[in-house]
Amino acid sequence: MSERIDIALTVNGEPVERRVPVRQNLVDFLRVDLGLTGSHVGCEHGVCGACTVAVNGSSVRACLMLAVQADGAIVTTVEGYSQSVPARALQAAFEQHNALQCGFCTPGMLASALEYIEAGGNGDRQAIREHLSGNYCRCTGYQAIVDAVASVAGGGP
Amino acid sequence: MTGPQTIFDRPNPEIGRSRVRADAARLTRGRGRYVDDVALPRMVHAAFVRSPYAHARIVALDLAAARQTPGVIAVYQGADIAEHVSPYVGVLTHLKGLRSAPQYPLAMDVARWQGEPVAMVVATTRAIAEDAAETVEVDYDPLPAACDSERALHEDEPVIHEAFGSNLAWERIVDVGDVDAAFAQDDVTVVSRTFRFGRHTGVTLEARTAIGDWDPGDRRLTMRYSGQAPHMMQAILAKHLGLEEAAVRVIAEDVGGSFGIKIHTYGDEIATCVAAKLLERPVKFVADRAESFVSDIHARDHIVTASLGMRKDGTVVGIDMDDLTGIGPFSMYPRTSAIECNQVLNLTGAPYQLEHYRARGRVVFQNKAPMCQYRAVGHPIAMAVADVLLEEAAAMVGVDPVDARRKNLIPDDAYPIKSAAGMALDDLSHHKALGRLVEVMEYDRLREDQAAARESGVYRGIGFVSMVEVTNPSPAFYGIGGAPIAAQDGAVVRLDASGALHVASSITEQGQGTNAILAQIVGGVFGADAGRVRVTTGDTDNVPYGGGTWASRGAGIGGEAALLAAHALKGQVLDVAAILLQSDPDALDIVGGEVVSRETGSPRMGLRDLAQTVYYRGNELPPDTKPELIASRHFRVTDFPFVFTNGAMAAHVEVDVETGLVAILGFWAVEDCGRVINPKLVDEQVRGGVVQGIGGVLYEECLYSEDGQMLNATMADYLVPMAAEMPDIVVEHVETPTKTSVL
Repeated sequence: MSERIDIALTVNGEPVERRVPVRQNLVDFLRVDLGLTGSHVGCEHGVCGACTVAVNGSSVRACLMLAVQADGAIVTTVEGYSQSVPARALQAAFEQHNALQCGFCTPGMLASALEYIEAGGNGDRQAIREHLSGNYCRCTGYQAIVDAVASVAGGGP
Repeated sequence: MTGPQTIFDRPNPEIGRSRVRADAARLTRGRGRYVDDVALPRMVHAAFVRSPYAHARIVALDLAAARQTPGVIAVYQGADIAEHVSPYVGVLTHLKGLRSAPQYPLAMDVARWQGEPVAMVVATTRAIAEDAAETVEVDYDPLPAACDSERALHEDEPVIHEAFGSNLAWERIVDVGDVDAAFAQDDVTVVSRTFRFGRHTGVTLEARTAIGDWDPGDRRLTMRYSGQAPHMMQAILAKHLGLEEAAVRVIAEDVGGSFGIKIHTYGDEIATCVAAKLLERPVKFVADRAESFVSDIHARDHIVTASLGMRKDGTVVGIDMDDLTGIGPFSMYPRTSAIECNQVLNLTGAPYQLEHYRARGRVVFQNKAPMCQYRAVGHPIAMAVADVLLEEAAAMVGVDPVDARRKNLIPDDAYPIKSAAGMALDDLSHHKALGRLVEVMEYDRLREDQAAARESGVYRGIGFVSMVEVTNPSPAFYGIGGAPIAAQDGAVVRLDASGALHVASSITEQGQGTNAILAQIVGGVFGADAGRVRVTTGDTDNVPYGGGTWASRGAGIGGEAALLAAHALKGQVLDVAAILLQSDPDALDIVGGEVVSRETGSPRMGLRDLAQTVYYRGNELPPDTKPELIASRHFRVTDFPFVFTNGAMAAHVEVDVETGLVAILGFWAVEDCGRVINPKLVDEQVRGGVVQGIGGVLYEECLYSEDGQMLNATMADYLVPMAAEMPDIVVEHVETPTKTSVL
């Protein structure tokens, strides 16, 4: 359990090299080793979606991926959204629509929403709901989140 | 918005506007500051060994292997922590007869629920602490467990606290009028039913988290916690760790959901603070999800047998009910686990005119995780019992359920009035809310659709509830019973040298928008952009004393304090302005962040100029003026024990009669929370509450085996509402402001 391995990856556009315990998951690596505390730990078993980040352009549960598996990968977290036009649009839409209350689900919710938008998703509310169905929000009732994503996708309020 | 112009519409209209929360931009950028985001120098991490048994004697613990694990700093068992903490007992004197046993942070000789902490490991990383916790050998002698609340009072059931002689924690009886005689009348139809409300839990996305930090130089404990009531926590830590209150600081920054879960005293959090004091370094504890399921408080767990009598014309004559609540092995400290049952008895039938009401509530101990206050304490039980029975009775006598409500709801012009259970009600609008509900849901069209669908074998149903919510509690809720829980809240509002406003408030933010509405209220008094009002909450060193945010009381009590403080500061500003402008304070006003002439509205002086004159160039003021640009005010409810609000809701569902699956086709909520400060925030509060309610009805239940093992303690097994299954929810507002406050 104490074995360590060197990894090199790109996080939010910056090259990162670290020696990590082989058992450490990606979200702990991001939070503890890199100080990227925007990615949250909700359930640690892949259900709640709070730790969702982009790895090589795909949404990944960072609690179900080991840090060593991210060796060589390009990882984007909420802290790296300032360069992404659709991500900034989603952030603004979430604020306008009050699509967050406590904000704990928000970085993961944004990651899933961004994947939807980048894949060309439209403003169909049920399609948005289906796409976000792996991200748990206890506060909002989801409607404002759907409103926000739809407004960016087009066709929403 | 509805209603006539109010004082809030002039000169600076802020109240009633859907302002964007200033906090939102920080949170969408991943800049939240939740407790687990905080890393302090020399910080170490705690993990807990928890009882795998619902009831077992702890014969011996072998901590040697854990102590020898590299990276482990300390290992504690119950007695090690208990030596530094006085035990706590979850009773309140005004809940007469309520009893509970002394509780310690870690189980001492007996573990009484699966999940109760029995040992604590502190190590340099959380992973090492968890590894070492697994090496702790506990020799348990399993005891028979009393898990089933229905059997808890049987003579042959194990008694959890021997000294009590039974598992009864509390009993209350309400008996108004003569239910038996009322039900015996010829024209009265009586419907009866047993309701089983499963155990739910909060599943806050951010688990309970705490950092204890003892400064041996200051001899002062700082607790960073994910919670709702910093001053309550300060008082509890001081009392039970033997410290002066001033030697305890409690900080609650961003909180990742709370819903009442994070307002209680948890042994693991207290032990974390004790360890920090013993080790003289910061100790962090983050519950993992499995721990959350078996150590966060659970909720509900009621078995209610109830009857309702209705005349042929739809008039309800009375309700008779018996509520049995299982609360786990202890009444939680300091709010107690009897409040929910108390609320059920107080609130059942409260929207309706009832002459006869009889209710018995019994609260029993059992070997399951503790049950206590969670969002909407008691309300779902009380409203479901009354409204389900009302609908059944209406169906029996052939009255439309909406007509049955119109017949029985307390008339909107009948207030103030007392409910059958003795609750003082005022400023409610049941008929107006129901009328609006029926309109927006297009009730008649849905009934036609229902009939047509049924003919083609499709089963659709329409359900209603008319509800009250008890909020803004006066000291009658906790304070008079001896709990260190403030019913009043305070706000300090000040003007800085740049002319910006700062407000510090004792209410707290868990995502409701507390900080946003405080800024809006204060900003509105000055016409300052609410986004530029700086708000401080959640720090006992930096905010006035108060109760925090729970029972929907934040805006009602803390918001009112902020309004009063802002008006006091405005008075101070105008006094100074009048001197500088050689005018009269009454001839001046503040609009758009500037002192203006009240009569003409013409600008006279900017707040920045005024503040800088006071702070930098006091020589320009007459020597006998002593300007203050800071004001504090506190507020508590005095005229009533509680303030009630109301609402009416309807659900339209389709049931697949083959599979039993329920699809929600539509949901409408018409609520009257009084004056709406920020409609967007209120809408999402209501929608979140509705979805949490749908979860409780259709998805959520803490399932237990007969011997007290929680069977579904993962998020894959305990189902919560997710986006795909939830409907869009129509929210409408009726505004009937309370007379108990300005807001």
